[in-house]
Amino acid sequence: MTKVWVYADVRPGKVDASALELLTKARSLADTVEAVALGPGATEAAGTLGEYGAQAVYASDDEVYSDVVATAAAHTLHQLVQEHQPNMILFSQGYDARDVAGRLQAKTGSTLMSNASDVTGVDAAETQIFGGTKIAKVSLGGPDPKLVLMRPKSVAAEPHGEGTANVVPVEVEVPEDLKKARRVERHEEEATGPKLEEAKVVISGGRGLQEPDNFKLLDELAAALGGAAIGATRAVVDSGWVPYNYQVGQTGKTVKPEVYFAIGISGAIQHLVGMKESKRIIAINKDAEAPIFKIADLGIVGDALKVVPALTEEIRSRKGG
Amino acid sequence: MNVVVLAKYVPNPNGVPELGDDFLLKREGVEGALDPGDEFGVEAGLQLAEAQGGEVTVVSMGPEAAMGGVRKALSMGVHKAVLVTDDSLRGSDTLVTARVLAAAIQKAGFDVVIAGVESTDGYTGTLPMALAELLGVPSVTFARKLDVDGGKVRIERQTELGYDVVESELPAVITVTAGATNPRYPTLKGIMQAKQKPVERYTVSDLGLSGDDATPTQRVTTVEAAPEKGPGEIVEDDGSGAQRIAQFLQEAKVI
Ligand SMILES: Cc1cc2nc3c(=O)[nH]c(=O)nc-3n(C[C@H](O)[C@H](O)[C@H](O)COP(=O)(O)OP(=O)(O)OC[C@H]3O[C@@H](n4cnc5c(N)ncnc54)[C@H](O)[C@@H]3O)c2cc1C
Ligand SMILES: Nc1ncnc2c1ncn2[C@@H]1O[C@H](COP(=O)(O)O)[C@@H](O)[C@H]1O
Repeated sequence: MTKVWVYADVRPGKVDASALELLTKARSLADTVEAVALGPGATEAAGTLGEYGAQAVYASDDEVYSDVVATAAAHTLHQLVQEHQPNMILFSQGYDARDVAGRLQAKTGSTLMSNASDVTGVDAAETQIFGGTKIAKVSLGGPDPKLVLMRPKSVAAEPHGEGTANVVPVEVEVPEDLKKARRVERHEEEATGPKLEEAKVVISGGRGLQEPDNFKLLDELAAALGGAAIGATRAVVDSGWVPYNYQVGQTGKTVKPEVYFAIGISGAIQHLVGMKESKRIIAINKDAEAPIFKIADLGIVGDALKVVPALTEEIRSRKGG
Repeated sequence: MNVVVLAKYVPNPNGVPELGDDFLLKREGVEGALDPGDEFGVEAGLQLAEAQGGEVTVVSMGPEAAMGGVRKALSMGVHKAVLVTDDSLRGSDTLVTARVLAAAIQKAGFDVVIAGVESTDGYTGTLPMALAELLGVPSVTFARKLDVDGGKVRIERQTELGYDVVESELPAVITVTAGATNPRYPTLKGIMQAKQKPVERYTVSDLGLSGDDATPTQRVTTVEAAPEKGPGEIVEDDGSGAQRIAQFLQEAKVI
């Protein structure tokens, strides 16, 4: 009988949406689906995790798991793995889970696949390469558990209907010498407007906007549309035009809105992986050869600094009229 | 202070990547470069040694051509190099790479190991943590800013919603994001000096590893074209581009 685990990222009052996606996937792979949740918020998350298919949740609310970076969670997860022997563990490709998975791999000597777009069995997964133009099927060997980091939004989360999870309190002692790397401060910039991952319309800007001030053209367009999230490429994030939490792509967020605007964005493969599953893509770029046009449903070859304000006007008048 | 910086040699980051018949990325006979992500790490390592005293060693695993990346790091100012090359390492996965790098780093000695957040060609982004685990040291990852002082490292760690300040004792593994530093350009003098700098070369058996340690646990079985969507509509803006978009949005019922 196969057993697949989901490593769920939790915080007080919040279960990461990706954990629910992973549980949905896990249900299609195994009869026994269980979750591991470590850190404040773990126990209260069990209800939601159960609704999405976790039969048991190994939970600990101990702050050691949120204060210490990676080593504490990796240690405890390893203890649980030895005791319960899952065949596979699914993680979300996020900051904390990535660190835990990397460490666990070195402890168990098992395979670790990153950037999976699908998992097709307890020994097989898929990943999109070359900006999503190709799909590589990968066979996973070596000792159990197979470890897989899945890109967020690769599957749609669906509740299981029935089922509440059996909460199994985790009582693992974390050795002192594994508490060396600690979070001492947290700084969170609460974004205004809809969240990038949840917005129906995402308007992203790149270096083609010429200067940071021109991002306000995107804000104005968003306002005319009655709300949209603003995204950006890594090029402009690295230049400090907008904060990192705007970044869409391989090292940023994955989005799947109804409409995605790529404005002054060349369409580098690392950007495409974060947005190409959008339902409709509108690109504005002055270079007709820009790779972004290959995946655009509607491409305007032109100057963004002219087209965007004109569009904002046009939308206002159509809405008004 | 002994600073180790990791350097991966990757196929030209601006080129079109190609796969061989074995579905592995072609690394030989293609133009390559030091991974741009590692240039930030090399720079961070140099700054650390400049501030604290000590030497910087670049450690790389890769084919013969990877000497190109090593040389770039040396010409930026790194003091010495370790390159692990072995035919058996073709197609190795992150666990194998972590074992090899851990063994090479242990031989070189270290107080700090600096890596990129993820490589440009493989972008698994898990190697540094596996490496830290094998070395038995903490890891502080996604550093957009780092300070080392009195046997401690303090970083600003990039997060979903902002950043965390993370502190750790040394020795430790640190991963730096793009933009953490501003990589210097090699000077002519640096390029000339690089040719004289010591480079240790190792094979898998030199590191005391066995064939089992070097056996990958993952294999690509097939590569297929992803379903393509049909070509979209591309129009030259003659002043009516905005209207065309508005119409499209109306058809999509967004306005
Ligand atoms: C390991 C790694 C990870 C990465 N992760 C990410 C990631 O997560 N997200 C990401 O976005 N990138 C990522 N990148 C970077 C990526 O490779 C590109 O460098 C980046 O996406 C380019 O951003 P850009 O399109 O804004 O800039 P550019 O590539 O410089 O493109 C600017 C575009 O603007 C157009 N333009 C110029 N002027 C105008 C005008 N007036 N009107 C209209 N168009 C104009 C130009 O024709 C050009 O196409 C990553 C790279 C690496 C190596
Ligand atoms: N073969 C290698 N040689 C040296 N460093 C490497 C190698 N592979 C990966 N690294 C380092 O590990 C980081 C993460 O790599 P990856 O896990 O492949 O995304 C890179 O940015 C490099 O700093």
